[in-house]
Amino acid sequence: MTAGECVAARVWAAEPSGHIGGTWGAWLEPGNLAGVGRILLVLSGKGGVGKSTVSAELALALRHAGKKVGILDADLCGPSIPRMLRAQGRAVHQCDGGWVPVFVDPEKSIALMSVGFLLEKPDEAVVWRGPKKSALIKQFVRDVAWGPLDYLVVDTPPGTSDEHMATVEALRPYSCLGALVVTTPQAVAVGDVRRELTFCRKAGLQVIGVVENMSGFVCPHCTECTNVFSTGGGEELARHAGVPFLGSVPLDPTLARSLEEGGDFIQDFPKSPAFPALSAIAQKILEQTATTLS
Amino acid sequence: MEGVPQDCPGAGSAQAGRGSSCQGCPNQRLCASGAGAAPDPAVEEIREKMKAVRHRILVLSGKGGVGKSTFSAHLAHGLAEDEDTQVALLDVDICGPSIPKIMGLEGEQVHQSGSGWSPVFLADNLGVMSVGFLLSSPDDAVIWRGPKKNGMIKQFLRDVDWGDVDFLIVDTPPGTSDEHLSLVQYLAAAGINGAVLITTPQEVALQDVRREISFCRKVRLPILGVVENMTGFVCPKCKKESQIFPPTTGGAEAMCQALGIPLLGRVPLDPLIGKSCDRGQSFLTEAPDSPATAAYRAVIQRIRESCRQHRPEGAPGPNS
Repeated sequence: MTAGECVAARVWAAEPSGHIGGTWGAWLEPGNLAGVGRILLVLSGKGGVGKSTVSAELALALRHAGKKVGILDADLCGPSIPRMLRAQGRAVHQCDGGWVPVFVDPEKSIALMSVGFLLEKPDEAVVWRGPKKSALIKQFVRDVAWGPLDYLVVDTPPGTSDEHMATVEALRPYSCLGALVVTTPQAVAVGDVRRELTFCRKAGLQVIGVVENMSGFVCPHCTECTNVFSTGGGEELARHAGVPFLGSVPLDPTLARSLEEGGDFIQDFPKSPAFPALSAIAQKILEQTATTLS
Repeated sequence: MEGVPQDCPGAGSAQAGRGSSCQGCPNQRLCASGAGAAPDPAVEEIREKMKAVRHRILVLSGKGGVGKSTFSAHLAHGLAEDEDTQVALLDVDICGPSIPKIMGLEGEQVHQSGSGWSPVFLADNLGVMSVGFLLSSPDDAVIWRGPKKNGMIKQFLRDVDWGDVDFLIVDTPPGTSDEHLSLVQYLAAAGINGAVLITTPQEVALQDVRREISFCRKVRLPILGVVENMTGFVCPKCKKESQIFPPTTGGAEAMCQALGIPLLGRVPLDPLIGKSCDRGQSFLTEAPDSPATAAYRAVIQRIRESCRQHRPEGAPGPNS
């Protein structure tokens, strides 16, 4: 395996066999994640509640606190993180320690791995059944040269199925595993997230807390706050399930726009109205980690 | 999970029964014999069953939370307003079934009759089926890998006693994976009128919807059109419009033009829609004068017309 060879070509060439990458393990260096301080699984039974947004923003907030962060995008059918962090179109390369993740900033403080980097065209559909998805997730955990990380944030697809079981199985050897559950305030979303909490309990995952996203929209014209998707669902859910409630993040079109394009997200992010809410959540996670590790 | 090895290559794959993970699996010999690659007999049974169903519509979206279930429910409500139209709504989102709540049928149970599972009827002409009706508590999580989800979908298509139905609407989970492949496979012989794709205006959502379109093309599933949901938000106080999910790349309209797909309509974001869903009521009757209701009705009318024009005549495939 020569250094610098693009991994994508090999992964896709191996596809017809039904196994991705063929003989993984052959170049496997044990303990690629051995040095990680804390692993945060970002989960939600419901789609479109902002798992990827919260993952990306949380990674940035932790970076602002001086931490080294990795992001593993386990949403194989709909990877959104590369676009949100302006890393779309970058390629993953091979080194002696495994696949080299994509670094989103020049200081190399955020390392990112996503199936989006392995696609030839961004619009290509990954039409895979469960077993292939599980195999790729295991590779993302075992074969990526993550380097020393303080935090690994794992963004997951909606639901409680193959990807989630594979992620939990692959990360279980690391004792510092916890789940962050994202919901929106309306009852329909909270219903799905209740099921996700049941999944956490059955899988023996520690729930760090619940984050309520998209709560309230402040009209830019008259500053009237409207609860577009109702209100209070996240806090009630946390109380019902007996887990900590970490905070609410408002609907913020500036942030949505920044995630989409325009300017440098890493620079713009602290100026957005959602930032205080998110940094407070990151602060709670930092404190919690400090107490569990000491 | 039960009995299926973790890295099972799938019974239909060329590696079936030969992969390293097949060692020790009770089905190894059966898979290696190639029997798994033969078409599932259920496809033929489902074709028989579907003879009583005139139109079959899938509601898809690569992205989650864009309003697939909300749209499916309101498509069903809208079509069923005509008393002579029999409507069936099938929820195949196995891990996150929202249809029971949106339709106000939470806590209902499915009954077994001589002719199969009876759907839950909201009205005489509107039957609903969801995995949510099979769970004993709203906290129950269905933690299933692909093969079990596929088995459930097969049962929903083959064993539910829908009766004579004009429209079967299938609400799907986000993505392009097991549930979607199974639906297309099981309905291949019966034929599908087409898929309605739901999106929101921002590029992060459109990007996933383009993947779904590429999926539809790969499996040769016709596309009836795209519905853009959550387009613009009108402040209830100052009545001015804001873009909560900004269409930075031109929204669904630009995407549809670029890909040559009809745009069926755009539904504005009305906070009452979410509230109606939470209460299990039809937004169409709760807010008959809302611009969102008018938008829904226009889309439903277009779907009705397009189904009338292109009827899949049973065999031979989804393209007929």
